[in-house]
Amino acid sequence: MRAKSIRFLAVAATAAVVLAGCSSSKQDGGAGSGDKRTLIVKGSDTMVQLAQAWAEEFMKKHPDIMVTVTGGGSNTGIAALMNNGTDICNSSRAIKEEELASAKQKGIDVQEFVVAQDALSVVVHPDNPISELTLAQLKDIYTGKITNWSAVGGPDQRIVLNSRETSSGTYVFFQEHVLGKGVPFADNTMLQPATSQIVQTVAQDKGGIGYVGLGYVTDKVKSLRLKKDDASPAVEGTIENVLNGAYPLARPLYEYTAGAPSGVAQQWLDWVRGPEGQEIVKRLDFVPIK
Amino acid sequence: MKRSIRRGERAESVIEAAIRVSGVASIVLVLLIFVFVLREGLPLFREYSFVKFLTERGWQPTLSPPTGPWFGLLPNLWGSFLVTAGAVVLAVPLAVGAAVCLAEVAPRGLRDLLKPSIELLATVPSVAIGFVGAAAINPLVKDLFNLDTGKSALAGSIMLAFMAIPTIVTISDDALSAVPKTFRDGSLALGATKWQGISRVVFPAAGPGIIAAIMLGIGRAIGETMVVIMVTGNAGVLPDKGLWHAFTHSVRTITGTIGAEALEVGYGDAHYRALFMLGVVLFLITFALNFVADLALNRRGRRALQ
Repeated sequence: MRAKSIRFLAVAATAAVVLAGCSSSKQDGGAGSGDKRTLIVKGSDTMVQLAQAWAEEFMKKHPDIMVTVTGGGSNTGIAALMNNGTDICNSSRAIKEEELASAKQKGIDVQEFVVAQDALSVVVHPDNPISELTLAQLKDIYTGKITNWSAVGGPDQRIVLNSRETSSGTYVFFQEHVLGKGVPFADNTMLQPATSQIVQTVAQDKGGIGYVGLGYVTDKVKSLRLKKDDASPAVEGTIENVLNGAYPLARPLYEYTAGAPSGVAQQWLDWVRGPEGQEIVKRLDFVPIK
Repeated sequence: MKRSIRRGERAESVIEAAIRVSGVASIVLVLLIFVFVLREGLPLFREYSFVKFLTERGWQPTLSPPTGPWFGLLPNLWGSFLVTAGAVVLAVPLAVGAAVCLAEVAPRGLRDLLKPSIELLATVPSVAIGFVGAAAINPLVKDLFNLDTGKSALAGSIMLAFMAIPTIVTISDDALSAVPKTFRDGSLALGATKWQGISRVVFPAAGPGIIAAIMLGIGRAIGETMVVIMVTGNAGVLPDKGLWHAFTHSVRTITGTIGAEALEVGYGDAHYRALFMLGVVLFLITFALNFVADLALNRRGRRALQ
């Protein structure tokens, strides 16, 4: 949480510098009042770094536009979209039926844009001889049915479960795609406040397992190949495999607007989904859209 | 002359009233906070049963129906209790011992060096302590006790003890130093050794102050959030294999749950209300702690006067 607010400060500071830099060269914003045009982007923590990298480049290209990026989680972002608290909502999950319905009630026509893709890597301690798991095995491990690595062909070593906190979009994605809706995590699953903490814990504990975004895998942990089922091949979590649809633990990342985007929001979405925006997606180890 | 006295009286009554207001204000403030927390939390029981809140063994607020969500108080309460109790057991002997050393034994030069350094400990920000805990204490605990992971209640207790020690040392030292020199002289004159004097005269006389110091230390430990989030692993488990097993495994505390989830929760939904109910429970615990400490202090104080 603190890291988040520091990042926010950093963005605010860059924004302030940009603001000061162009205050002298008064630009004509067309028919507007001449004020700086602003864009608020809010939501998913998974996407906050990506959105900030976009914002920096975008503001360099358009000095008359000020983009503010904050995290808070996908749920927070979608709630803000409904309450007019943001122009663009970042979400690492698709909007739910209930949320769409309540938006309709308020007369909001939510528009969805896929802006990048994310893939989760399952990581273990580097000394662990296991190199691949099926999704069914992964489910049994995280629901507490399998508690020892020997049950999946590994050494006699108890499994130490790591997960993100419940507020994380990654947690929800993992729960829905691996465990299944309404299936609880084993109660001894440790909930880590940040992805870096998962990497650190798995690197320390011989029996550790965790899931992190593709870009967060370091050489201190080992990333597993995953199999959709017993019959399918084990697939490594790489950008190519996410793009060709072979990797089972991948998801699209979304941006939502209330109503069809216009003006600055339209400019932003076009640029983000264009070649320059997607280049930044690759640079931050996410996967570009096709 | 008369007029200036009257003016003085008037000024005095204004000052008195101001002091009375500020005294009452703190009570009103605490009451208002409690009422607010309660008002935000209580509507939880319109959509989630009170009995389930008290008896549910799991905390999984985003679990989809019909299985979930689970808002169980028990794992959170147990985690807070275990980590705090461990911290007290580790911190109290060390801190009180250090205070006795500072106040009674250490030569002046050593005392002038030690006391500011111990007080400096209290100024280390808790995120920094949490970071040290995650990077250094977790692996140490794991290797020392041959555990699967170092993220445990024990690691949390060690870090919290570390944070409570400066508070306990400083206030205990003040309490010991406040015992009049005549007490020590008297006991020496009666032929007692220095240790007999410390343990039977000075220490009991400073007792209420030391209890207050310990209570403040516990208060710091139970309310700490950042450190426990970073070193305890936050798994909401209830003990099923004995106390030591629980102590050397991951726990989830009330403050950890609130700290990790409160900022990201949807305003007004059941999860939000459940976090406020956890806040109510935390409030009641600290209130009870203070009340018991006050009771102990008063009784001891009265007896010492008789």
